[in-house]
Amino acid sequence: MVIRSFFMILVLMLSSVSRAELVIEVTQGKQSAIPIAIVPFSWEGTEALPEDISGIVNNDLGSSGYFRALDRGLMITYPDNPDDMVFADWRNLKQDFVVVGRVTVAPEGGYAVEFHVMDVHNRIEMLHHRVKGAENQLRDISHYISDYIFKRLTGIPGVFSTKLVYVTTNPERTRFNLSFADADGAREQLIFRSDAPVLSPAWSPDGRYVAYVSFENGHSEIFFQELATGTRTKVVSFDGSNSAPAFSPDGKKLAFVHSTLGNPEIYVMDLASRKVTQVTDHYAIDTEPQWMNDNRHIMFTSSRAGGPQIYKLDTQTGSVQRQTFEGRYNARPRLTDDNSKMVFVTGGGDRFHIAVQDLETRRVRVLTSNTALDESPSVAPNGSMIIYATTENDRNILAAVSVDGEAQFRLPSRFGDVREPAWSPIMN
Amino acid sequence: MQKSALIKAMGVAFAAVAITACSSNSVDEGDALTTAQPVVVEEPTKKVEQVTLSAEELQAQADAQLREMTVFYFDFDESTIKNEAKAALTAHAKYLDANASAKVTLEGHADERGTPEYNMALGERRAVAVRRFLMANGADASQISVVSFGEEKPAAMGHTESSWAKNRRVEIKYTAK
Repeated sequence: MVIRSFFMILVLMLSSVSRAELVIEVTQGKQSAIPIAIVPFSWEGTEALPEDISGIVNNDLGSSGYFRALDRGLMITYPDNPDDMVFADWRNLKQDFVVVGRVTVAPEGGYAVEFHVMDVHNRIEMLHHRVKGAENQLRDISHYISDYIFKRLTGIPGVFSTKLVYVTTNPERTRFNLSFADADGAREQLIFRSDAPVLSPAWSPDGRYVAYVSFENGHSEIFFQELATGTRTKVVSFDGSNSAPAFSPDGKKLAFVHSTLGNPEIYVMDLASRKVTQVTDHYAIDTEPQWMNDNRHIMFTSSRAGGPQIYKLDTQTGSVQRQTFEGRYNARPRLTDDNSKMVFVTGGGDRFHIAVQDLETRRVRVLTSNTALDESPSVAPNGSMIIYATTENDRNILAAVSVDGEAQFRLPSRFGDVREPAWSPIMN
Repeated sequence: MQKSALIKAMGVAFAAVAITACSSNSVDEGDALTTAQPVVVEEPTKKVEQVTLSAEELQAQADAQLREMTVFYFDFDESTIKNEAKAALTAHAKYLDANASAKVTLEGHADERGTPEYNMALGERRAVAVRRFLMANGADASQISVVSFGEEKPAAMGHTESSWAKNRRVEIKYTAK
């Protein structure tokens, strides 16, 4: 029985993987990755479950870099509850933790998942939890379980329930699709399709809206789109170029770049009144604004010293402070949620990489080396990972790197080029 | 393609100079050759006027051929117009000056290196540099619109300098002749 449902699960797992547009592959895990075995959850029903819950959890934790998930084929037994656990088997397999569980039909309808995290070294049950949901929520339940386990074992909030927004395009650049998907690449949904370029997607802090730049009317304009309804609103459409939207963390303001005749400046729109204020004034290029947590300071890219460097602007006093000094090209700042670190693009010549600067010590570390032409970094809301766009074998793909540089991933698209990723906030 | 158009244009300009040179002693051949400027012949007799007219026609042809060059290239992170672009840009400016109803859109582009938004700004700077040149040479501001596509619309898809050089560009597109 257990073996039969395991095969069902395997078939399901394969079919669910082939549905995903983007598939995460770990290219380098953390040295300290915790060995964990996610035993396939049992299911007593006669019909196969529409989603392989434990398979999704296995994939989430394994692709986080923080865990090394044991291959199901190497497992000796498939317990579904703590009483059936033979700790010695898992100790021999050099596992630190084992997750066991079962899926049942909830008496009130839908499904219930009961799971246990077992500590192999101490031979005890570490935690035990039960989750319920409807059939169309099985993936959400799976990511919830992943977040729960991740938080308990690492102390860091998981981001498996978050979303990614990104642009896919053909090599000829005649079709542009703005889409969003689960952080593991599954359940892709189209937001907007155009023959003209679409770029710079940015999430509202509540995760309900995506702001982006579209050239559909011949020049760049900024639109908001509500994801739940698909409703689009044109928000910034001055003569010339309008780009680089960024919501303030309190959701009240939008920073953006407006330019007529080659002099891009940063502006702030109060979203309630739609009142616009210019906040930079320099003949150089000023672009790529990113708010700090105080809803007052903005990190941005400027060419005022010749090449692009990153500066910090106080929007109330107008004072500007240079942040980056190493290297000829430093651009597109992004901040971790706690504002302790700044992530940006650094480079020159034919190599551009993702770097991180500790904002207190000012120390800079380049995180990527296996990829070149890296751009568009976006930081996960738990500050652990950076997703970015890069080029591999003449194709644009997404890749990710942990903020400590230890773990590296790639997320190739099955079709065409994928660019401009933006990681959503944690949505509740 | 652009090179051969330029050579053809220079050839026509050379012919124009040679013909006017026959009808006038006051032409400095060397100077005319290197700058390919129209030759003004003063005090035309009836006979000479005919030749001068055809010289203007030839110059118009030379300019038309120069205007076949509509894509202009830039160095990395630069928006300075290269010298080799100036003859053709001058021809476009003259055309806009002579045809008040003509309108152009200048599309600025960058190569894929660096960040998309910075490249949007860079593409715009390049287009604006071309706009400034056209205006300095007779075009009116109302005839020129500027749009930057940054790195979003490359002309060549490769990821080496040979492709990048083709992508750092401004394209002149006539929206009214």
